[in-house]
Amino acid sequence: MSDAQDPSPARAAPPPTVHGYDEELEGLRNLVGEMGGLAEAQVVAAVDALVRRDAEAGLAVAAGDEALDRLEAEAERMAIGIIARRAPVAQDLRELVAALKISAILERIGDYAKNIGKRACSIAHASPVQPVVIIPEMARLVAAMVRDALDSYVTRDADLAAEIMSRDTRIDDFYNSLFRSLLTYMMENPHHITQAAHLLFIAKNLERIGDHATNIAEMVHFQVTGERGPERPKADATPLFAGDKRGEP
Amino acid sequence: MADGADVRRTEGQADRWPQPTLPPDLISISALADPAIVVGRDWRVVAANAFASDLFAPRLVGADVRQAIRHPLVVEALREVMDGREAAVREATALGHAEGVFRVRVVALGDGRFLVTFIDITQARLTERMRADFVANASHELRTPLANISGFIETLLGPAADDEPARRRFLEIMAREAARMSRLIDDLLSLSRIELDKYVRPQAPLDLAPLLHDVGKTLAMRLEADGRRLIVEIADDLPQVIADRDQILQVMHNLISNSLKYGQSGTPIRVRAALVPGGPRQDPMVRVSVEDEGEGIAPEHLPRLTERFYRIDTGRSRSMGGTGLGLAIVKHIVDRHRGRLDITSQQGVGTTVSFTLPVVPARAEPAQEPSAPEASAPSAPNAYGHKSATLP
Repeated sequence: MSDAQDPSPARAAPPPTVHGYDEELEGLRNLVGEMGGLAEAQVVAAVDALVRRDAEAGLAVAAGDEALDRLEAEAERMAIGIIARRAPVAQDLRELVAALKISAILERIGDYAKNIGKRACSIAHASPVQPVVIIPEMARLVAAMVRDALDSYVTRDADLAAEIMSRDTRIDDFYNSLFRSLLTYMMENPHHITQAAHLLFIAKNLERIGDHATNIAEMVHFQVTGERGPERPKADATPLFAGDKRGEP
Repeated sequence: MADGADVRRTEGQADRWPQPTLPPDLISISALADPAIVVGRDWRVVAANAFASDLFAPRLVGADVRQAIRHPLVVEALREVMDGREAAVREATALGHAEGVFRVRVVALGDGRFLVTFIDITQARLTERMRADFVANASHELRTPLANISGFIETLLGPAADDEPARRRFLEIMAREAARMSRLIDDLLSLSRIELDKYVRPQAPLDLAPLLHDVGKTLAMRLEADGRRLIVEIADDLPQVIADRDQILQVMHNLISNSLKYGQSGTPIRVRAALVPGGPRQDPMVRVSVEDEGEGIAPEHLPRLTERFYRIDTGRSRSMGGTGLGLAIVKHIVDRHRGRLDITSQQGVGTTVSFTLPVVPARAEPAQEPSAPEASAPSAPNAYGHKSATLP
């Protein structure tokens, strides 16, 4: 706790008296931060609705996506305004482009959450499928990735960003595992196919959210260090899965 | 300014108030037992107590709430109060950490400042959810042995009433099923106890070396029956860790039992403990690993191993007397210690399960010899600078 008096140079708050560019940029960063919080909360709420089989909560998540869309439009308007008025170059331009891209990614994450919410609503009345228990664990990992990615953006922490990039394979492992269990489940009992298919899409959505969080981390890493991170390891083996006896990819 | 429960201010605010006399509300949040922050009308955190800094980020003061905390319900409540409401209360999930549930209360302090307090209700929510989970899991898993027992009782009452050898055999099976049910209940109870304590961090320092040697001794009989050896390798300079002794014993017991069950007969089981030096983002930890030689585990099963009642091969697990809860218990204990559980496996080679435990911070360490191994355990430094003991 000794760092209380040591605002890092990167994170130092602009003096309250300075108006203009810094303030506008800070306003944009606030907006992106707010979007990040909302996107993460939407993911958590959607999966929560799924696990509790709460159809209303699922619909509420779907309805909540509008707020994210609105924020994204505002962020875009703001960024374009800054570019038009100030014609920023170099570092400033990079920062603006990153904010724009990240807000687009967050909007996308919101769409996936919305989709999960809708599916949660569709399968709330069906009997629960056993492999559903893996989803909350996967969602926790994914939500933590989104949160940490935003943390790395807000604090400009390249180390944290690099660490997030390395987490993506764990999400892929979860997805592979769920994919296989759900296939087996569907083969055993065709009555489960509806729910299982929805769960597959939900898992895929979560996996995509993880990818998007990784994208944010990569952007932050690049923005801070000017270097591309290491090549992203890919562990989603399901495109190669043929469903033969051993199921070896 | 004092370390710890101080009130933090940035230089930006230094001119707003006369330096030596802080406004009373800024002093008083440091006295609160819950995370609390004071936010200005510009959304910047003016002051944060130590609990708030722990919960969110060390550099909270001066940061914008929308960037540093971000949670939509916190933002929403603040916005309401900024728009003229007296106070706003929200219940926010996934705040601070994945499972954190907080009651967030925002009140206007006047003068364009707002007090936000966070009351932790994670525990209460967790208890509620666990009660439901427990009933569902337990009833499902208890049904199988119960159905077996009922079936045999029926047979004993009817067709086999006068068949003495069958009666003996059936009673044995019933006793075995009953034992399985009671083991299952023990495991479920210990799992829910651990879950209840999940956010209560262990405090006591612990020497791992004697504990690891003890585990080997209690399992000596079972090891010998399977022609197995337990090889304990402990790094020389192993520092003390912060851990709950009984729980770590349970972890080691479960892990070594697993190696016994699923490793190849006659192969050794290796237990290692070594220091993992800390980095800029990471405190130093001790990593303990249990390594067996055997058929290993296919990668698609790895992420699900710590799930309750997840079994790769249900029949085999049942015949081994497994409850399906061993690794779930391990995972929860390691989580509670803020450690990390890793399972790696290579098919046809073997499986390594390892976990980390936090090291006692340097200044809190009592002047003590770093973990002399117990006199009874045969140990000698070997060529690799490790002390190793072979049991039995």
